[in-house]
Parts: sequence; C-alpha cells; structure tokens
Amino acid sequence: MTALLEVSGVSVTFDGFRAINNLSFEIGPAELRAIIGPNGAGKTTFMDIVTGKTRPDSGRVLWGERSVSLLKMSESQIAREGVGRKFQRPTVFEDQSVFDNLLMALKKDRAPWKVLAYRQSAEDRARVAELADEIGLGDQLYRKSGELSHGQKQWLEIGMLLAQEPRLLLVDEPAAGMTLAEREHTTDLLKEAAKTRAVVVVEHDMEFVRRLDCKVTVLHEGSVLAEGSLDHVTKNRQVIDVYLGR
Amino acid sequence: MKDSLFARNPSVLIFLGVLALFVAAVTVLGEGVGLGLISTSFVKTLGKTLCLCLIAIAMDLVWGYTGILSLGHFAFFGLGGYMIGMWLMYARTETIVAASLAQAEIPPTPQEIRDAIGTQIFGVVGGSDFPAIWAFSHSLPLQLALVVLVPGLLALVFGWLAFRSRVTGVYLSILTQAMTLALSLYLFQNDSGLRGNNGLSGLQNIPGAADVPQSLLSIWFFWGSAAALALGYVIAAFVVSGKFGSVIRGIRDDEARVRFLGYSVEAYKLFVFTLTAVIAGIAGALYYPQAGIINPAEMAPIASIYLAVWVAIGGRGRLYGAVIGAGVVSLLSTWFTGGQVPDLPLGIYTIKWVDWWQVLLGLGFVLVTLFAPKGIGGLFDLISGRRAPARHGADLGPDTGSFREKEADQ
Repeated sequence: MTALLEVSGVSVTFDGFRAINNLSFEIGPAELRAIIGPNGAGKTTFMDIVTGKTRPDSGRVLWGERSVSLLKMSESQIAREGVGRKFQRPTVFEDQSVFDNLLMALKKDRAPWKVLAYRQSAEDRARVAELADEIGLGDQLYRKSGELSHGQKQWLEIGMLLAQEPRLLLVDEPAAGMTLAEREHTTDLLKEAAKTRAVVVVEHDMEFVRRLDCKVTVLHEGSVLAEGSLDHVTKNRQVIDVYLGR
Repeated sequence: MKDSLFARNPSVLIFLGVLALFVAAVTVLGEGVGLGLISTSFVKTLGKTLCLCLIAIAMDLVWGYTGILSLGHFAFFGLGGYMIGMWLMYARTETIVAASLAQAEIPPTPQEIRDAIGTQIFGVVGGSDFPAIWAFSHSLPLQLALVVLVPGLLALVFGWLAFRSRVTGVYLSILTQAMTLALSLYLFQNDSGLRGNNGLSGLQNIPGAADVPQSLLSIWFFWGSAAALALGYVIAAFVVSGKFGSVIRGIRDDEARVRFLGYSVEAYKLFVFTLTAVIAGIAGALYYPQAGIINPAEMAPIASIYLAVWVAIGGRGRLYGAVIGAGVVSLLSTWFTGGQVPDLPLGIYTIKWVDWWQVLLGLGFVLVTLFAPKGIGGLFDLISGRRAPARHGADLGPDTGSFREKEADQ
C-alpha cells in the first residue's frame, strides 16, 4: 500500500521553541487514524503544516501517487488537491444558510470567473440535500447556520468537508462540547467517511478515540512517541508517563 | 425564468422602478425639457448625487460584502474624473484656439494649434508643453478607455501587492489611505502634469455642444448618471447573489475558512477590489463634468472616509442601503453646508449649521454605529418584518420610494 500522505523529518521552530521535531508520519488512502497527545505536543501545528498554514524549517511533505510536495503550495491549492480541514471550533459561515454553506463547499471549479458564472443545477441541489440528510440537517437546509446548535454546526462543518470530496480529512477535536448522542453520530460520520478516504482525527477524549476503534499515533514534544492500536499504546510505559499517567 | 436575477432579488426590480420614477419626476420638473420647477443647479446636484450613490455601491461591494475597508476608492473616483477631464479640457480649448487662430492671415499649422492649446492649458502652472500623460487627450474614445483602465490598473497592481502579502483589516485601510494621500499630494505638484492644485476646470462645457444650454446638458448628464447607477446596481446585485456572493461574504466573515475550502481568497479580493475601482472611476467620470471642476483636494483621504460613513449610515451589506446612505447624507450635507438651513439661536450662542454640520454628521455616525448597526437600510427589515412576518417579506422588502421622494422635494 502506498501512502497518500507522507510526512518525513519535518521540524518547525517558533521563536526558539521546537513545536515539531523531526516528525515522520504516513497515512494510506482509506484509513482512519487518531492522533493523541498532551497540550503542546504539536498536534495542531502538524495540521497547519499539512494544510499549508505553517511552513516547516526542514523536512518533506509528499502527497498522492505522484508524490508531489505540498510545501510549495498555498492553502487553497492544497485544499483543491484534496486535503480538507476541520477546525477545533466550529467555523461555518453563520450569516448564510446551511444550503449556501454546503453549496460553497461542493467540489466545483474555484476560479472567480467560473464561480461568478456558476448556476445551480438540479444535480447540485440534490447533492446538497443528500449531504444535509447525511449529517442530520436535512430539514434545516434554509436556516441560517448561525442559529444551529453547537453540535449541528460541527456536523455542518463535517458536511462541508465531505462536500469538498477530499482524499484526506483532517479533523481537530470534533467531539469537543458535544452530548453523548451527538458524539455517537459524529463517530458514525467519521467512520463512514474513512471507508473511502483517509481521515485523521486529533482528539483529547480517550472515550471518543476508543469508539473510533482505529490505529492511534501518540505525539509528544513534536515527534511520534508511539503508534498502534489504542490498547497497544496505552500499555506503553512512555505514553503513560507523559500523557495518561497524569 | 424562475432562476433569474430579478426573481431571486425582487429588491433589484423595486430599486430600478423607484429610480425610474425619480428620473421621470426630475425630468418633468426640471428646466431642460420639463416645467422648470427644479433649477438647473439642483438638477446637477441630483445628478452628482446619483454618481455618489454609484460609488457607494462600489464601496458596499468591497467593504460591506467582502470586508475590505478601503479608504482609497475616492482616489479611483478622482482618477476617472481626471481622465474624462483631460479630454474635455483639451477638446474645448482646441475649439477656442482654433476659432481665434482662424482670424490670423496665415492659417495655423496643426503644431501651432497644439502649442497654443498647451499654452492655454498649462500657462497657469508656468508651462506650455504637453506632459506625456496627455498623449491621448485629443481622443475621446481613448480617454474613455483610460477612465476604466487607469483606476482598474492602479487597483490591480496595488491590490495584488497588498493582498498577496496578506495585509488585512486596519492595516489594509491605512495602506489604501496612504495610497490616496500619496496620489493626492503628487497631483498637487505643478509638474505632475495635471495642473497642480488648479486641477482641471470648465468641465461643464461639453465640446461640440456649445449651443446646448446647461439646463439641457444637466438633464442629459442626469440621465446618464441614472443609467450608470441602474447598470451598476444590477451588476453589483449579480455579483453578490449566487455563489460568488457566498464566497465573498465568507471571506468577510472568516477568511481562513474560505481558503481551506480551496478558494483563492487573494484572487477574489483582487477581483472585487479592481471591479469596484472601475465602477468608482466611471462614477467619477460622470460626476466631474457636472461639478465643472476637479482638483486634487477632491481625492483627499477625507473624501474616502466620508464614503465609508455614507455606507455605514445607509447600511452596509445591502446595496440599497449604500444608495440610500450616499443619497441622504450627501444631499443633507449639501443642504446644511449650502447655508440654506436657518441658524438656531440659543440665546447665548447661535448654532450656524454650516459649521456644525460635521458635528451633526459625526454624531449621527456614532449613533448609527451604536444603536442601528444595520443603518437606515435596516429600517426596511423592521417594516417588512412587522407588516408581514416571514410570509412575503422579500416582496415588500426595500421600498426606497420614501427616501427618493424626499430627495426630490429638497
């Protein structure tokens, strides 16, 4: 199996603080992976590097079958390559309806003049409705997304990610602030998505990670401390020391 | 067509209808072709106001919808005015010079005519040679092209540099203001080639229309301004409706998110910035022939700040709000500063509105910002919301009528 994303030997320093230290990471084309680690372990910085928000000082980030480097691309180019990102706090366009949010995310030409000339087709509308059903917002299509509950906003954002049809989904703490029922729905959404694409979930909550039932990577001080099943890494002495044993 | 622009935005049709009524009313009441109840100078004021409404639409696009608080759009407005002014001045001086030289015993050579025009135009700044930037001033089509090209190119280059470096928020505002100030200071210099602080004058005299009275010219320009406003409104409505509008409002609310959706935020900003600069240039090209004179003071940064105030008072993020804001505030401003408002004696102190108008405007701005962040345009939500809760709110929508009529009466 060739990797979809290959990060090797990446380091980045902020004002002398080494946020990422010689990090190497790999993920296949259809895989669910959880990344855990204490605060400051570099989880979010890792996502920033992959999505082009932060430029690393050294290392390589290779993407896809042709192994193109993501380091020279802008955020929007990387997104068009098929990397989708969900932020920690739900960031949807609150001023606009659920429909508009999803329509904007649909995988279509992103050039300004193409977007200007864009007209909704019945097909696109059907696709948006389908996505809305999938994330449980089918009957809320024309509500302003600002009126949605916290959990619904999180789902809407996941729905927007799915609409982008990314090959890799980076999800930052999707379950934060959710009720138990909402968490279950979120788990289902992520597992379903991981059948056809790579999904990387950064999460603090061990229960949630256990429910995802996937390979886990533990980050500590900017590099990988352990990797394997959740049971495997939680037995690791070092992991217990830095993270779980607190 | 169910999906047409007008079906989706009934406010566009309402706006066009109200504008048409307003134009008809002014035409009937005006001096040029109508009853003569409205003076020519007031027709000009109304025509100029329509141009200001047009640039307010541009400002609303760039600020209210895309979230770029540009304090430089009056620079583009002024540039548009200068570009048309160059032709107006050249062509008119040419007729005058040709007429006077025709008396001479030896017919003048084209070079002599050109030299004489140069002396006429540039004598005031102690020169007689045409600067390079006047190369196209003999040709109306070329100068009209420059009305679009010069502001457009300046916005394109400036925007490219600024947006590429990810300058946003207040820093971008300062940068645009610096550009405006630099341009205005440059034009103040006598050797800038545009007659320094004298500016270009006599623009109300349209070459080739010497026999047409100003009363008729003013109504022509009024029609032209109204047509441009209507067209600008429709274009802006087209831009902000649909997916493009979604994307630019997304940029306003959360730029990073739009970027991670795969949209090139910089390209969108540049597109909107350049488009609005072109609209501003066209508005300026229609404004200054009605004003008669343009000088660098018109481009001073304060003008662009006024523009932001109009849009804020009218209600940003809705096109008719911008139009109402620009119309109401600039007409009120004309009224107050024109000395037509009676002084208010308070016993120990008499309020002279000419002096106090700016205080009033500033107070109004603060009050609107604090208590009615949606501006005057927000009133329509109130009205439509109360009359018809959610049933056909969109139909009732923006009824710009009342304001328009008030403008006509003033």
